[in-house]
Amino acid sequence: MSVNDVNSKATILLMGLRRGGKSSICKVVFHNMQPLDTLYLESTSNPTMEHFSTLIDLAVMELPGQLNYFEPNYDSERLFKSVGALVYVIDSQDEYMNALTNFAIIVEYAYKVNPNINIEVLIHKVDGLSEDFKVDTQRDIMQRTGEELLELGLDGVQVSFYLTSIFDHSIYEAFSRIVQKLIPELPFLENMLDNLVQHSKIEKCFLFDINSKIYVSTDSSPVDIVMYETCAEFVDVTIDLHDLYKGQAKNDTGRELKSVSALNNDVVIYLRQMIRGLALVALIRPDDTDVESCLTVVDYNVDIFKSGLEQVWAHARITPANSKTD
Amino acid sequence: MSSNNRKKLLLMGRSGSGKSSMRSIIFSNYSAFDTRRLGATIDVEHSHLRFLGNMTLNLWDCGGQDVFMENYFTQQKDHIFQMVQVLIHVFDVESQEVIKDIEIFTRALKQLKRYSPDAKIFVLLHKMDLVQLDKRNELFQIMMSKLQETSAAYGFPSLVGFPTSIWDESLYKAWSQIICSLIPNMATYQANLKKLKSVMDAREIILFERTTFLVICSSNTASGELLDPKRFEKISNIMKNFKQSSMKLKSSFKTLVLDNTIYVSEFSANMMCFIVLNKPDDPQDLVLENIKKVRVYFQ
Repeated sequence: MSVNDVNSKATILLMGLRRGGKSSICKVVFHNMQPLDTLYLESTSNPTMEHFSTLIDLAVMELPGQLNYFEPNYDSERLFKSVGALVYVIDSQDEYMNALTNFAIIVEYAYKVNPNINIEVLIHKVDGLSEDFKVDTQRDIMQRTGEELLELGLDGVQVSFYLTSIFDHSIYEAFSRIVQKLIPELPFLENMLDNLVQHSKIEKCFLFDINSKIYVSTDSSPVDIVMYETCAEFVDVTIDLHDLYKGQAKNDTGRELKSVSALNNDVVIYLRQMIRGLALVALIRPDDTDVESCLTVVDYNVDIFKSGLEQVWAHARITPANSKTD
Repeated sequence: MSSNNRKKLLLMGRSGSGKSSMRSIIFSNYSAFDTRRLGATIDVEHSHLRFLGNMTLNLWDCGGQDVFMENYFTQQKDHIFQMVQVLIHVFDVESQEVIKDIEIFTRALKQLKRYSPDAKIFVLLHKMDLVQLDKRNELFQIMMSKLQETSAAYGFPSLVGFPTSIWDESLYKAWSQIICSLIPNMATYQANLKKLKSVMDAREIILFERTTFLVICSSNTASGELLDPKRFEKISNIMKNFKQSSMKLKSSFKTLVLDNTIYVSEFSANMMCFIVLNKPDDPQDLVLENIKKVRVYFQ
């Protein structure tokens, strides 16, 4: 892969027909905008690029829907080479035949230029569909894209589908999955989290990006969307309360954030700030041991996890420099 | 507290002034946006709310169209105006017919004078967000002096008014004070809280009602610290959200400790306390033990 682009990092390219909801997704996920406010967004006229410097150096590029990318003045080849994932947004409440044709053309081109690209499809705006209709729509779209790609002789291309809506947490869930595919360190992270979970009576833990509430990694037990929502909201609660009262003590800015909440059904939600805008959120079930000693063990284990994370990060920073010299 | 604690609150005002929106935000966890979906209230909508355990608020949300209004003052007057503890009258600041608004207010006062002369009267000048910032205070003063005059003429000299808007914290402030006026042993709470604050060397202690997260009282009213003046409402909002998310785990939350400086804990079956400490070095057990010990004084 060419390294001469400005960022050969995890870049996500967001595409789709006009009025599919691309800008709304960006605003809601990365700028904490209220979903209802996105009604007033203007039509996007220029490609936009945003950077998020966390452990993963995520960049999201959004392309206006109404343009034809195959005009010669667009350097589309370089563009597709530089991104790690292509996310195509399909409006499920609208007629989607055009979108599928458009998608097939884009995939054909993108795959030719960059065979390593991850191709993801968001079947978007499903909040307005009934449960049965959701499944039908998904099956229909999956089948038709399969046929379209087969016609173009691209039956080997892996395409992942997600049902999303900005009015619940499904969009975060989908983005989390997409981002995770772009992180080369993911297996290590998952292993480390598994270790942590095994030894600390943790039921489930997530590694969150504080700004966007996307989870970078989680342990290998299945993700329950309810747990994810609770943990994501706990990050919000912690940050908001912390911001209200931080003003006076300027000397403790270096302290890491930590918050613990006990619920009435003996579950403990635990948050610790990690490095570079990441936070670890865990659901702990102390069962019959007392909460106090359980938390002490968790604290100790999390300290070890954190130092492990620092080491992984140190290596991640060296690798790109190496590949440049190669 | 005595068990005879059924409080009847009348929520009145002309149609479109925002009565049901207020009720939905404070008592039903609506966001300000959600209130757009509310339709007109037909006749009277009753809601019963348990508050601080043994206090029940009967909130009578009276639809404000002229037809209903006429009805309240003629056929239903003894039904509506009997045994009223609190009248909350809402005025739309944007209203074109101020004279008529005030006339209806006086008619309500007249009935109250007859059926429940001990009622407390609150007026809310609502939708203040539609008035320019520099004119708000002036407008509020003019309106209040006029209303004061009217209510004094009908035998309710101590009228309390608030400028409110659903888009900022003023709504919570007004409702907190309205609800607090119904709590009998407020002075004891306040004194105990002051004491607790000095014992724990806390920066601030706030008491919240548990279901609505309305502020019952707070410790430092007069110390000149530069804290966010909207923090009560913000905390109310944040904690309400957290309560809802903990409901997803089929539970409710008991305690929250943030950075060893902010402690949120249940205080009794119907109160939450929110404690901000001065320094983060106090051992956690000690603080929690203190909270446990002090609960007795707030029952």
